[in-house]
Amino acid sequence: MNSPPTARELNLCLCHTCGQPCDMSAAPTECDRCGAALHWRKELSLTRTWAYLLTALAFYVPANLLPVMKTTMLGSGADSTIMSGVLEFWQHGAWDIALIIFIASIAVPGIKFVSLALLLITVQRNSQWARKERSKLFRFVELIGYWSMLDVIVVALVAALVQFRALGTIEPRLGILFFGLVVVFTMLAAMSFDPRLIWENPHNEERLDDATQR
Amino acid sequence: MANQRVICEHCDCVYEKVTLAKHQKALCTRCEGVLQRYNGLSVQQRLALSVTAAVLWVFANFYPVMSISLQGLKNSATLWDSVVALSLGPITFIALVAAISIIIAPVFQLLLLIWVLSFALSGRRSPAFKLCMRWLEALRPWSMLEVCLLGAMVAVFKLAGMLDVIPGTGLFALAALSLLLIRIAGRDVRDLWDTL
Repeated sequence: MNSPPTARELNLCLCHTCGQPCDMSAAPTECDRCGAALHWRKELSLTRTWAYLLTALAFYVPANLLPVMKTTMLGSGADSTIMSGVLEFWQHGAWDIALIIFIASIAVPGIKFVSLALLLITVQRNSQWARKERSKLFRFVELIGYWSMLDVIVVALVAALVQFRALGTIEPRLGILFFGLVVVFTMLAAMSFDPRLIWENPHNEERLDDATQR
Repeated sequence: MANQRVICEHCDCVYEKVTLAKHQKALCTRCEGVLQRYNGLSVQQRLALSVTAAVLWVFANFYPVMSISLQGLKNSATLWDSVVALSLGPITFIALVAAISIIIAPVFQLLLLIWVLSFALSGRRSPAFKLCMRWLEALRPWSMLEVCLLGAMVAVFKLAGMLDVIPGTGLFALAALSLLLIRIAGRDVRDLWDTL
């Protein structure tokens, strides 16, 4: 099956902001329709994605080890981490809620780390392997991206509600900050990755990361 | 002339633009990414839905999302209260992220949509059209109301074990608003570039 021509072959460049195909024969630096900067490929895509990804990975450790909230009931307090929250639901028989939190908070970031690392490494090795599937994998990563914010919202709402002074209070703890940072940085990583690099042909191309020349 | 074409953002393939019928979408033959999606909404309908969403936003933000009671004591929280709860202590930064994703980004999306669409109604580009359209594009990934909705529901279950939980007006408004936003704040606002 032969594929349609690529934009680069036709000297067209996709504007990322408005989606217009821009004619690059006059080498414009901005999209003439919306004024956004034009790049053949996202700038320093691989470097930036690695940087955001590793930052997120570093924050993932304290996010899971540090407590995300502190529950004080009738004077006795207890810290809980994300995993202990999941286990608590599980033990009380609420396996469905436990599953939702587990997927959103632990599985989703994990899947994102593995998938993005896989995409980065295969692109760097100019792999031709399973391109269509890797494209789909990237779109999946983009899709699931922000669902990890779930726990931040839950902690915020619960902490705002349970304020009964001596009877009982719930406070957010440092873990939730790192957790939110993991979400933000994995989102930035996914946004910096340019899925078109998956389809780049190694011969007839400049080096991938320099492919941002205008 | 270049505007009759559409470039696949996932793999850079170039296609001629096609006219889609209801429920159709155009896929890239190489990477199977979506190129074009049918959107049946007219400018009037979109504006009407945006105004509806703005009203719902007011309800979702000024009425409590839920209230709880424990041995006769009652407490309720709005979205803003929950952002404030996060801002106490050393974790203020996360309150900012939460505020942007559940309050600020959605309301800016709605205001920009209403602004741009009310001019589009008479076939004109609004003042600062380019700027507004670019902001709509930039805000989209950071608007997370549907996550907020699921979070609120999880919170209901989490607390229901310890005390009485009553879902509030805000929760229902939030549910309707998050569904509406998916419909109106998606990528198809880009159509305005072509039609105006």
